[in-house]
Amino acid sequence: MSPISRVSKYRRHKFAGPVLVVAALLTIGSAFSIASALPSANKMTAAATTTQIAEGKKIFAAGCSSCHGLNAEGSGVAPSLIGVGAASVDFQVGTGRMPMADMSQQAQRKRPVYNAEQTAALAAYVASLAPGPSTVDGANLNYERDGNTAQGGELFRTNCAMCHNFAAQGGALTQGKYAPTLMGVEPKYIYEAMITGPQSMPIFSDKTITPAEKLSIIKWIKAAQNEPALGGATTGRVGPVTEGLLAWLLGLGSLIGIAVWLATKAR
Amino acid sequence: MSQKERIAGGVANYVDERTGAAAWLNKNLKKVFPDHWSFMLGEVALYSFVILLLSGTFLTFWFDPSQRDVIYNGSYQPLQNVQMSAAYASTLHISFDVRGGLLMRQIHHWAALLFMASIIAHLLRVFFTGAFRKPREANWLIGVGLVTLGIVEGFLGYSLPDDLLSGTGIRIAEAILQAIPVVGSYIAFFAFGGAFPGHVFIPRIYTLHVLLLPGAFLALITIHLMLVWYQKHTQYPGPGRTEKNVVGYPLMPVYMAKAGGFFGIVFGITAFLGAVASINPIWLYGPYTPGQISAGSQPDFYMGWLDGLVRMSPPLETHLLGHTISWNILIPGLIVPGILFTGMALYPFIESYISGDKREHHLLDRPRNVPNRTALGAMSLTFMMVSLINGGNDLIATHFHMSINQIMWMSRIGIFVLPPLAFVITKRICLSLQRADRDLVLHGRETGRLVMLPHGEFVEVHEPISPEKAWTLTSHVQPQALGNVTEDANGVAKPKAIRNKLRARMSAANAEQAPAATLTEANELEGGHH
Repeated sequence: MSPISRVSKYRRHKFAGPVLVVAALLTIGSAFSIASALPSANKMTAAATTTQIAEGKKIFAAGCSSCHGLNAEGSGVAPSLIGVGAASVDFQVGTGRMPMADMSQQAQRKRPVYNAEQTAALAAYVASLAPGPSTVDGANLNYERDGNTAQGGELFRTNCAMCHNFAAQGGALTQGKYAPTLMGVEPKYIYEAMITGPQSMPIFSDKTITPAEKLSIIKWIKAAQNEPALGGATTGRVGPVTEGLLAWLLGLGSLIGIAVWLATKAR
Repeated sequence: MSQKERIAGGVANYVDERTGAAAWLNKNLKKVFPDHWSFMLGEVALYSFVILLLSGTFLTFWFDPSQRDVIYNGSYQPLQNVQMSAAYASTLHISFDVRGGLLMRQIHHWAALLFMASIIAHLLRVFFTGAFRKPREANWLIGVGLVTLGIVEGFLGYSLPDDLLSGTGIRIAEAILQAIPVVGSYIAFFAFGGAFPGHVFIPRIYTLHVLLLPGAFLALITIHLMLVWYQKHTQYPGPGRTEKNVVGYPLMPVYMAKAGGFFGIVFGITAFLGAVASINPIWLYGPYTPGQISAGSQPDFYMGWLDGLVRMSPPLETHLLGHTISWNILIPGLIVPGILFTGMALYPFIESYISGDKREHHLLDRPRNVPNRTALGAMSLTFMMVSLINGGNDLIATHFHMSINQIMWMSRIGIFVLPPLAFVITKRICLSLQRADRDLVLHGRETGRLVMLPHGEFVEVHEPISPEKAWTLTSHVQPQALGNVTEDANGVAKPKAIRNKLRARMSAANAEQAPAATLTEANELEGGHH
């Protein structure tokens, strides 16, 4: 018996169809995940300059000016950066949002293109154009000591949950824009986002939300992130949609399976 | 006779002499039920209801249905010292400070979702197999009542904890009440005892949720089951099964054991879900205040289609004689559901009117043999699915990297285009399946064996199907179109000509069938005309 016919004799087996479908799905799925996991090379060598601002200006001219203009004055496709401050640059470049990968609805978080030194240089250059909020030092954000979780939760639900979802999982905005998830975001970037209002986000000045309240918000977000799954698997903390899916697929699905089995056994 | 048997006999005799139960039990325990997996969907709903009663009773021991303000001081740290309603605080208490409380809450909520899901699945089974036909129209109406009450009961139930998500739902319910022309504002004021949110709504819906509606459920479920008992269960067509008999197994011992076991399984799966999967994590939502809202606020799935309809409706408003008519809420929130549920309730009568079928039916239809009904069901399902998907448009947008506006426009167009398309496609598929059945009866089953004839031609060997299968495929009665009778016997034109014409046309569409294989045809083919 040749190997082909040994396999082939199972081709009319009642499980042949399902097994083939599962095998095909697994093959496609793993091929896709391997393909999408391949790293994209994107490295820049630091240009050696004397002062930070001069270095920043150089990087800006090379990497940013094609959209933001040679003097950061902005253009039809990108806003002016005069007066946005070092905090804005630190957030946008430090989280990899800038430079943008493509001209899509909004800049996505990705692996940063510039290293910390280059980002600081860029921030120094943009800050030199006009005064604006300066970079937040993460080491000085002692939110664990100075924040109040419950107060942070109240503030979050009042000011942030409408876009970022009740558990900071992110949510949809119009025209393909979105409020990103805040899970795993470094405290300093959360703070900088609040004071600079990146993308569609409003600016929460120190008059709207005081620095102490900002720390409380960060403390609450971290508490939500680190909260154990109290009721069991969380199904994404996005509300009843995934719960309904689970009720139909796992709940009723398995009950129907058992009902079919019970009715078959009776024969 | 052993000692034990004598005692048991004595007890049985004692009861029988006083109640006469022996004769009744003797007759009814032998009652025969047909066997099919799809007949157990309603059972799932029944068992979920029992679970809901039991777990719900447990929850009432600690739940405080009050909107009075309290300062939370329980074990959940992130809400420490937050001002909230007593209802919300007591739900937190149940979740974190009552032993087994969170498990019970989750079992209760999962059971509610399973209850609604199994009701819908049961309804679809009844619809697609034509089990609602005479004499079961009344039971269909009760079923429609149960699914409607189920939606209301579920909504009231998840509104009770007074969390941020459910409060948003109540706010939308208030908006729908207000959208009723002229009297809407007054009805909303009566329901909330003043301006939203007020202090009376949670106590009121609590009474409805734990007293009035469960009572209504018990009554309706009892009648529902008594009618099944009295009218006997329908069965799928097959050899030996007629409109006058029921082929199956007796209640005692077969179904007693099966139903008891299945109840245990339903309870087990619900408890499993309650133990391993979080549902309605109200501590994350936070307490309700009208000034807050979360992105992606969705209702439970059985309300999701309503939410989807509201989300897709364009902002239409009319100002008329000092009144505002909010069509954007009125149409998706009240008019469309009203039409859908009225249509669903009346469907058995509409179908009987169109087909002219007034016979009693105890044999079920195979869905393909009633293409119009099956297509109508597929059409309604498509409508519901488009609405439901749009109800989750924000989550689809974020998780599949799409634009929420595009999804909304797809839904707006799809809600009109896709259901009719589903109707046409389903009807064509049904007719094709009928032709496949005919082929199977007349030409037999394809064996997959290829034979080379002496002159080199290859043919696939067909094998006749079993007589039992042939009977199952051919025993159904195909509907006939009603003629359009325009005049009576004396040549006098009948009134209501337009109505009659409409009926005749619908009847003709209903009677569109692939010709079923007849005995003559089969015999002819067997006689060597292959």
